[in-house]
Amino acid sequence: MTEPQVYRELGLTDAEYQRILGILGREPSSTELAMFSVEWSEHCGYPRSRKYLKLFPQTGKYQALVGEDAGGIVYDDTAIIFKMESHNHPSQVEPREGAATGVGGIIRDIFTSGARPIACLDSLRFGDISNPFNKFIMNGVIDGIQFYGNCVGVPTVGGEIYFNNAYAGNCLVNVMCVGICKKDELVRARAEGIGNSIIYAGSRTGRDGIGGCSVLASAEFKCTDEEKRPTVQVGDPFTEKCLIEATLESLKTGVVTGIKDMGAAGLTCSSSEMAAAGGVGIEFDLKDIPLREEGMEPYEIMMSESQERMLLCVKAGQEKKIIDIYTKWGLEAVKIGAVIEGGLIKIANNGEPICEVPVKELANAPLYDLPWEENRKSKIDNRKLDKPKDLNKVLLKLLASPNIASKKAVFEQYDHMVQTNTSVYPGGDATVLRIKGKPWGLAVTSDCNGRYVQLDPYLGAQIAVVEACRNLVASGADPAGVTDCLNFGNPEKPDRYFYFKRAVEGIADICRQMELPVVSGNVSFYNESPQGAIFPTPTIGMVGIVKDIKKRCSVPFKDRGDLIVLLGKNKEELGGSEYLSVIHGQEAGSPPELDLELEKRVQSVCLTAIEVGIVKSAHDLSEGGLAAALAECAILGKMGASIRLKDTFREDALLFGESQSRIILTIAPQDIFALTDIAMLFALPFEIIGKVGGKKLAVEGPKKKLLDLPVAKLADAYFSALRR
Amino acid sequence: MAKVKIYVTHKKGILDPQGKTVETALKSLGYKNVSDVHIGKYIELEIEGRDVKQQVKEMCEKLLSNPIIEQYRFEVET
Repeated sequence: MTEPQVYRELGLTDAEYQRILGILGREPSSTELAMFSVEWSEHCGYPRSRKYLKLFPQTGKYQALVGEDAGGIVYDDTAIIFKMESHNHPSQVEPREGAATGVGGIIRDIFTSGARPIACLDSLRFGDISNPFNKFIMNGVIDGIQFYGNCVGVPTVGGEIYFNNAYAGNCLVNVMCVGICKKDELVRARAEGIGNSIIYAGSRTGRDGIGGCSVLASAEFKCTDEEKRPTVQVGDPFTEKCLIEATLESLKTGVVTGIKDMGAAGLTCSSSEMAAAGGVGIEFDLKDIPLREEGMEPYEIMMSESQERMLLCVKAGQEKKIIDIYTKWGLEAVKIGAVIEGGLIKIANNGEPICEVPVKELANAPLYDLPWEENRKSKIDNRKLDKPKDLNKVLLKLLASPNIASKKAVFEQYDHMVQTNTSVYPGGDATVLRIKGKPWGLAVTSDCNGRYVQLDPYLGAQIAVVEACRNLVASGADPAGVTDCLNFGNPEKPDRYFYFKRAVEGIADICRQMELPVVSGNVSFYNESPQGAIFPTPTIGMVGIVKDIKKRCSVPFKDRGDLIVLLGKNKEELGGSEYLSVIHGQEAGSPPELDLELEKRVQSVCLTAIEVGIVKSAHDLSEGGLAAALAECAILGKMGASIRLKDTFREDALLFGESQSRIILTIAPQDIFALTDIAMLFALPFEIIGKVGGKKLAVEGPKKKLLDLPVAKLADAYFSALRR
Repeated sequence: MAKVKIYVTHKKGILDPQGKTVETALKSLGYKNVSDVHIGKYIELEIEGRDVKQQVKEMCEKLLSNPIIEQYRFEVET
């Protein structure tokens, strides 16, 4: 009889344990119990989130590929596979290895589909960096990303970093990877064909991250709790590089019927899910698993999260072909078992049976609908906010705020050029990648303003999606598909669960309206520390198609005399803004409103104008509003601008408010007629707000001069904040 | 004045890619009888005053080792 304490320690409830007894008709062995506990944890089975994840649209304007580990879209003859995943808890425990293995894990998810990884993006959240501990975590995470990413030969081309004390006890490390292959070369994560062989390939199995999966993902962080620290997984990017090459070569042989990365919950998850997906059973003996250490218990072997391992299903009689390829790349590959009839996963240890479980039941985690409780909305009264006297000072302070300041000090540590496809570099709205031999390219971005989501989860999550779209559009790409990484607090607390529910509904609704499929994603709950929950952060990763790579667009001002055009409308909105937080010390109010019809028209005009070829630079407006966006175009273009604004509402809101649906473009003066035509086509009002030129950014309002600053001084504030 | 010798190694069971690589290289040089290669670091320092052991322990926990994945031991020679 298993003591309740044991299964509870593993994260199973009494009811879940009863269900296991019902499935098996007997007491589970310790290995079986451990396997159920991980398969039914949030990390693998999504029992607390699946209900809402079903809301996501699976189709869009491009053909979507949904349903395997990593999804994607099809364009031309190419499948573009992408996924984002979190590695928050491991990174909080051991920042360098945690982040490094996060990168390794998501790269494996991509190439197991047969796609070659071409880019990674990292979306990071830390506590205030004036605190040395937060800085230590950040430096460790960045070091891990640059170490693993640079060694493995996949460029780290973008991402985002936000700082807020909500993340002080629980940092977020979300990594996205994009890969490409011919659409008919895709491979599925399933076991097929009775009698086919199951082959284990890659690194040996050690005691890495045992229980990490269920214990880490289902317990909140308490810093003093040394006992819960599991063995940390350590990655080896050079092995991973060989694994990429060996795996892609194996998949080309045509004898691999299915393949899965041994990620979360290692061998348990990969074997049972491959069998469940194929509607078959799997049989193997643990004595055949290559081990790194002696004396490992069966449940340890099944739970181990050792990195750089793969499970393949190979046609009977063809095993040698595959084993030879892995051996050639210096990797171990052994046959451990076979596909069997009957839908059971049968595991023996030296011939002695230790597990016999129906895979369908194992892979079918319980589904919970948790109670939620609406949070009170915060309000601010703009009239009660002091108007700053010196707007120049405000702009400099905002540009030096770590959330707006240039992240160059971080991304220049990453190799963003390896594979030589990066054609618009990181540091702007989205990164553009060429695809060798094709006239088209890809733009990639990630986005989420957690503060907005905290203030209004439905609206905040929608803004994350439309802003990611605007980032792509401003680079000349048509938004094509979404992946998400949903980071939230403890779902068993109704106020936290409300954030999750509303944010998912927001993303689902807006994606449907923008015709974007959600092709893949990941949920990370329990992001809490004794200080409370993180800001709810549904990070959106997005891929867009640049139909003509020659017409890509970037942020910097290009030529003196060009006209600066504002698409969209300025509104008097300050809620949730960076300005309100940095200057007034408040994180309150409602995020800016979203008029979806206006948003669509702004994006259509911008994209059409770029595709026609008249746009010289484009920049989406986000944190820091119009003034920060103009400053960024000027700083990156090393040239000034003189601007005249007509709006008569309060000046701080005009300059620093974060109203949505706005993009600034620059065009040559003679192209104004072409732009007017395009704008009329989409019935979008636009405004010529100024001209590029000079060494200063000068902004005049209807009554007086608002800003007058040398670009060099702006650049100093913008570039030095993160370096200091 | 005391001389302190500190040895930092991976904790048992943690993957040691450097050790693994060196092991493979040794084998390829013909030393087929080699196994279980582990690479760590050796630190020497001199220190004055009392509570030497306590202070060195603190240094190891805070800076010289990464207590999450590494273990250390040290010898004090007076």
